[in-house]
Amino acid sequence: MADIITTPHISGHADHHDVDYLHDGKGLKSWLTTVDHKRIGVMYLWSILFMFFLGGVFAMMIRLELLTPKETIMSAETYNKVFTLHGAIMVFLFIIPSVPAALANFVLPLMLGAKDVAFPKLNLFSWYIYMAGAFIAVAAMVTGGVDTGWTFYTPYSTTTDGSVALMTFAAFVLGFSSILTGVNFVATIHKLRAPGMGWFDMPLFCWGIYATALIQVLATPVLAITLLLLIMERTFGIGIFDPKLGGDPVLFQHFFWFYSHPAVYIMILPGMAIISEIIPTFSQKTIFGYRAIAFSSVAIALVSFIVWGHHMFTSGQSQLASAIFSFITFFVAVPSAIKTFNWIVTMYKGSVAFNAPMLYALSFLLLFGIGGLTGIFLGAVSVDIHLHDTYFVVAHFHYVMMGSTVIAFLGGLHYWWPKMFGRMYSEPAARVACALVFIGFNATFLPQFVLGSRGMPRRYYNYLPEFQALHQASTVGSWILGLGFLIMAGYLFASLRKKMDAPANPWHSRTLEWQTSSPPITHNFHEIPAVGGGPYDYYRPVGNGRNA
Amino acid sequence: MDSIRHWMLGPQGSAYANDVDVLYMFLVWLSVFFFALIVFLTVYFAWKYRRRKEGVLTPNISHNLALELLWSIIPLIIVMGIFFWGFNDYVRASVAPNDAIEIHVTAKKWLWAFEYPDGTRTIGNLHVPVNRPVKLILTSEDVLHDFYIPSMRQKTDVIPGRFVDLTFTPTVAGKHQVFCAEYCGKSHSDMMANLYVDSPEVYEKWLVEGDEELKTMPPVEVGKLVYENKGCNSCHSIDGSKNTGPSFKGLYGRVEKFTDGTSITVDDNYITESINNPQAKIVAGYEPVMPTFQGLLRIPEMRGIIAYIKELK
Repeated sequence: MADIITTPHISGHADHHDVDYLHDGKGLKSWLTTVDHKRIGVMYLWSILFMFFLGGVFAMMIRLELLTPKETIMSAETYNKVFTLHGAIMVFLFIIPSVPAALANFVLPLMLGAKDVAFPKLNLFSWYIYMAGAFIAVAAMVTGGVDTGWTFYTPYSTTTDGSVALMTFAAFVLGFSSILTGVNFVATIHKLRAPGMGWFDMPLFCWGIYATALIQVLATPVLAITLLLLIMERTFGIGIFDPKLGGDPVLFQHFFWFYSHPAVYIMILPGMAIISEIIPTFSQKTIFGYRAIAFSSVAIALVSFIVWGHHMFTSGQSQLASAIFSFITFFVAVPSAIKTFNWIVTMYKGSVAFNAPMLYALSFLLLFGIGGLTGIFLGAVSVDIHLHDTYFVVAHFHYVMMGSTVIAFLGGLHYWWPKMFGRMYSEPAARVACALVFIGFNATFLPQFVLGSRGMPRRYYNYLPEFQALHQASTVGSWILGLGFLIMAGYLFASLRKKMDAPANPWHSRTLEWQTSSPPITHNFHEIPAVGGGPYDYYRPVGNGRNA
Repeated sequence: MDSIRHWMLGPQGSAYANDVDVLYMFLVWLSVFFFALIVFLTVYFAWKYRRRKEGVLTPNISHNLALELLWSIIPLIIVMGIFFWGFNDYVRASVAPNDAIEIHVTAKKWLWAFEYPDGTRTIGNLHVPVNRPVKLILTSEDVLHDFYIPSMRQKTDVIPGRFVDLTFTPTVAGKHQVFCAEYCGKSHSDMMANLYVDSPEVYEKWLVEGDEELKTMPPVEVGKLVYENKGCNSCHSIDGSKNTGPSFKGLYGRVEKFTDGTSITVDDNYITESINNPQAKIVAGYEPVMPTFQGLLRIPEMRGIIAYIKELK
């Protein structure tokens, strides 16, 4: 915000006045009982990063096993559990909460000029629910594991051994954490914007999180119902999904994707939201097409509810259903194209700096381009019939989930790290890690497009010798990717051991979270900021110049 | 161009496969074009407008309606065209002509069984005549499976309690690969089948006489073929390692203990019973999961598998 008009300070918290949130209270108890959105965001951050590490270890095990056909390092039963856990952990415990619950929790109230989220205690409660879900998931892993795939398709999931009921219960519980976070953010955005901040004065990040929160609130209950029915089926044999009991296995897929397709946008919209912040900041340039980007987020959120059947072209659903779902699916291409071109054109006549967050944003543009374009293949019914359940699909959704969302998350992590912890990381090390992640990611997943097009089915422990060369290229890629993440962990932890050295606004951004100290004080701002201008007003000088 | 297509998609087995490939390759070149555009614009703008001086103000270019309409409407027109193209091909390929040969397919963990119009039944090998439409009518006995013939660019989920069909008209004679493409548990990745596209004469002869080579082959080699083609290898190893079922190595003459506490010395009769009525005796330490093969093995094949097991000392 260029212009911050100071309003009289509201007194009553003078004792915390100048203490940053990290030092406002000591010891574990002060963290576990905090209602400060920044501390809760940080607790979420460490929780999800641990889960990312765990899911990443499983990913490396999968790639290592696939170095050779038949057994390389584990048995078929173990492999089936490992890929299930990789998927379930990455989706439910890492990606879905990654940007909203960890990063947005921290920065959203700051961006709005608010002291906290609308319901701070609910915010803490949703972290506890998340942790409960995480513990139940870990309990399911150590008490027999789960070998259903993260999609829990019936009747396999109702008949196989293992802790399927416990794992689905974990996803059920995690869903409530997600719903509560969504409710909290919707209320926060509606009610807690700083004086003078209209809807179109919000940073686009808030629009993306708003669209995400709507899906979280509206779609997640459907997953809860579906998983509850699955648990009942498995425990009591009530006959909803198993044809032997009079149920319908395809019904489960409709229910599951009715949530899980919108969930794809729960994952990608926050990534897009981060990119909409990083590109203007590092281009020092007004975002191009603010309203188009804002509305396309909402459009994607709405369309996401009526395309679930494109996961089911081979499931035996009617041809009419396939026609309708294919048709609607293609509309997603339009807002995606709008956003992509708007981001690129934002750099036009800008002043572009190549710090680590911007390198991630540029990587995002290319990787999301590949993820989006390969989605067109899968929207076309005849081509999808060939590619469905092959490595082409695996590669496509990794380009969207990892190449786009996780890359954007890493961009956001590097962008807001100085704000969150008050420390700058090593910029050269960060650039090297970004390059390794980018190269390693492409080396891992590009070969999989060819593997899938040639007919290699997914979830295969064993494979024909003709596929081995491409599998090996993919596995070598995963090592480069792993090295990139090791380096990243190294310099990020190293930065935490330094003295606090981050300026309030290291990237010269105009959004509000940068107008307070790094790390922020407990109540975010000394005075409630009043806003008189847009979030991307890089065409005029900074108003009072306080943090420029 | 054609070598790129072949490298990316593998061999074609039907005219329809070529139709799918034409659309696929169109999408490849379309994607290459748009990706190149994204890369060019990204790199060009990022480099041309790289930061040379700190603290400069930049022009306020907030939007441009014409430009934004341009990159909304062009993609919309393109994707609508792709929708009709893909859907049209799909519908055409879904409808079986009246003269199609109907073959019933049953999926179970972890094998494919086929039943022909004349009553011939096979496991793991599907024979069809070239240039005639084939309509497979598929169902599953346990969980979801998926019958996938990459060279025909066709697949369908196979659903318990329901019949689905899959149509293709093979134009390329020879052996084609079939995969299970819907995850179904431990031996999912071994649940394969061979599709043999024969000339009409060879097909008719095969229906009556079975596999030609079986007649002149020593029983042990027949048994080896049975082991590999009828699904035994999904669950029984030949190297002594434990799998879903007991290993065949050293099986013949071994004393097997059963879950009910009894035991038996493995001989021809026990093997025959285990194939035809696998639930009769369950070896201790294993699950009763083997399906029956009653009526699925011809007598020379049964002799062959017994001879083969005898050989695996």
